[in-house]
Amino acid sequence: MSEPLLRDFPTAAKRALADAALQQALANIPAGFQEKRRAAIARFPEWDRLIDAAVHIKNHTLDHLDFYLEAFEAKVREAGGGVHWCRDAGEARDAVLAICREAKAKRALKSKSMIAEEIALNDCLEENGIEPVETDLGEYVLQLRDEAPSHIIAPIIHLNRGQIADSFLGAHRKYGKTRRLESARELLDEAREILREKFLTADVGITGANLLVAETGSAVIVTNEGNADLTMTLPRVHIVIASIEKLVPSVGDAWNVLRLLARSATGQDITAYTTFVGGKSRAGDADGPASFHVVLLDNGRSEMLGSGFRDMLRCIRCAACMNHCPVYGVIGGHAYASIYPGPMGAVLTPWLAGIAQAPHLPNASTLCGRCEEVCPMRIPIPRMLRLWREREEKAGLSSRSSRAAYSLWAFAAKRPRLYRRLARLFARIFSRMGKDGKLRRIPLGSAWTDTRDFPAPEGETFQALYARRRKP
Amino acid sequence: MRVGLFVTCLVDLIRPSIGFASLRLLEAAGCEVVVPAMQTCCGQPAYNAGRRIDAKDLAKATIAAFEDCDHVVAPSGSCAAMLRVHYPSLLADEPDWAERARAFAARCHELVAFLVTVRKMSSVSSRLNGVAAYHDSCSALRELAIHEEPRRLLAQVEGLTLRELGDGNQCCGFGGAFCVKYPEIAARIARDKLAAAKRTGADMIVSSDLGCLLHLAGLASREGVAISCRHVAEVLAGEIETPAIGEGRR
Repeated sequence: MSEPLLRDFPTAAKRALADAALQQALANIPAGFQEKRRAAIARFPEWDRLIDAAVHIKNHTLDHLDFYLEAFEAKVREAGGGVHWCRDAGEARDAVLAICREAKAKRALKSKSMIAEEIALNDCLEENGIEPVETDLGEYVLQLRDEAPSHIIAPIIHLNRGQIADSFLGAHRKYGKTRRLESARELLDEAREILREKFLTADVGITGANLLVAETGSAVIVTNEGNADLTMTLPRVHIVIASIEKLVPSVGDAWNVLRLLARSATGQDITAYTTFVGGKSRAGDADGPASFHVVLLDNGRSEMLGSGFRDMLRCIRCAACMNHCPVYGVIGGHAYASIYPGPMGAVLTPWLAGIAQAPHLPNASTLCGRCEEVCPMRIPIPRMLRLWREREEKAGLSSRSSRAAYSLWAFAAKRPRLYRRLARLFARIFSRMGKDGKLRRIPLGSAWTDTRDFPAPEGETFQALYARRRKP
Repeated sequence: MRVGLFVTCLVDLIRPSIGFASLRLLEAAGCEVVVPAMQTCCGQPAYNAGRRIDAKDLAKATIAAFEDCDHVVAPSGSCAAMLRVHYPSLLADEPDWAERARAFAARCHELVAFLVTVRKMSSVSSRLNGVAAYHDSCSALRELAIHEEPRRLLAQVEGLTLRELGDGNQCCGFGGAFCVKYPEIAARIARDKLAAAKRTGADMIVSSDLGCLLHLAGLASREGVAISCRHVAEVLAGEIETPAIGEGRR
């Protein structure tokens, strides 16, 4: 994956708007995600109560995160697993690499994991002579195309079937596949055939975790393809990589969150596969790995606990925020150039990469509030986007011209008499410049008039007209 | 009942007729209306730009300007939400202002919600022939939970047929400074909104927020989409002699 260019957001967004294939793909979001989610919630009367409970569970866990993390670790060790505490991406990559080396691994299976993206694990494995094999169909396609996911649960939402067929044709030639496939079924079958051999010959399986359960030391992994279950049972070694906020205290708590997750994400009552996994294979088990490891990643999250962004740690990565975001809906995920796109990414990425590296993300929102409205964890995303804007302002990251404009405006707005005069002046000037009720161009106003006409002011301010009316 | 009209800066500068329509509606609802001269802007542009100090100064000035009013009413969901929802949190850390801001916020209302909920207005005497799609501004809908109120009164307008947009209450892409920071994205979102309105067979978009309307009318005009944009206050007050937003006199 190439280095994200977070500062290029405006250019990338414009490119996305002009990309016909992408636009066609994005047009499926309302029916594919919004409508399914709405219907799933409509037939589930406990929705709001379940949200209350889940928010409480997550807040409680975050209040006592140290306790639950240690309880989780103890349970994993009890089951013969290893736990690796990693402060940052580098430590997490090193931990995974050390486990792979000890296992003399040549090939590592991967099931979809955003944490693997966050720590750029594939690049690291490749550089060290270990072949990472993505087994989630979407992630597999991305690996063939050397692209990053554009969505946290639907990684190839930006692609159409033809593009996938082309990628398969290019990459599968070496397996003797030379026909361009047409149907989704054919594509799936071919990927399955090629992956099967890899499943049977891999040394290590790496999965993410949707949840970690302190009570049992288990990782919970949800998919709709079943690939994760093969990834964690076929190879000799299973590594779970997860960030520390994935924790919940009990199995019951996990189910509470899972019932929200599937409905909010895909509108399913439950995903096709929901797997609780923990420890290595026990005597008498039909299958399972000989060794089991959990790589626990902090990467700034423990610091986030004490910040104004704490609520973000409740996020369960359901993607409802991006599925309902008007901005994501027209530019897709790649324009954000961030591991986590859309509204939740606009909060999280500046924390992970530094706000100076991602100055556009908190601003690229209309603050319409739909993300917060659909969030099953009641995360106040707009409030946190404003908080980032405040930090940008304090750090002097906004442009000098924008700061000057706001300062002039604020100076006038705090002086009502001056403000009234200026308002009258502007109202008159712009009214006179108008033709047929609109201005087609405003000097220094191209940011508006390049794309839209500006409705002309009526000519006099309300305050002036009102004052005149009051005088006999 | 003494009601302070918070005109809002956009209405003051660009479309005073919305202010006068509001005045008429409030008076018809039996309110004694005052328009404090010391009001300017609610401070939302500063607040959303991360300029907390400017936002606080403007919030305090606004609270002071309307201190002697029983209620404060704005013909805008966005400005009303600033007064009602955001002032208390903005000033929560200032001991002298926190309580004042809370008490003030409770007296602030968006115009149509005030007419329906507080003044129990249930009929209007206005007439406008056409088919209108009502655009819920995000602030009115999601911050103030206003949905039924404008529809109930618009249903009373003679000759007017109301249609639902059916686009999941999506934002129009205005977003204040957003629409000039990322104009292409904003225009694209608005294009979808105009298309949704046209699909309903509407020839008019009615909304509570002039910001949304300027943005939508500006795009419709530029791209030749035949749909006119009007503020809900004008429609309810029968203030329809004024050409629709962004349209010239015929």
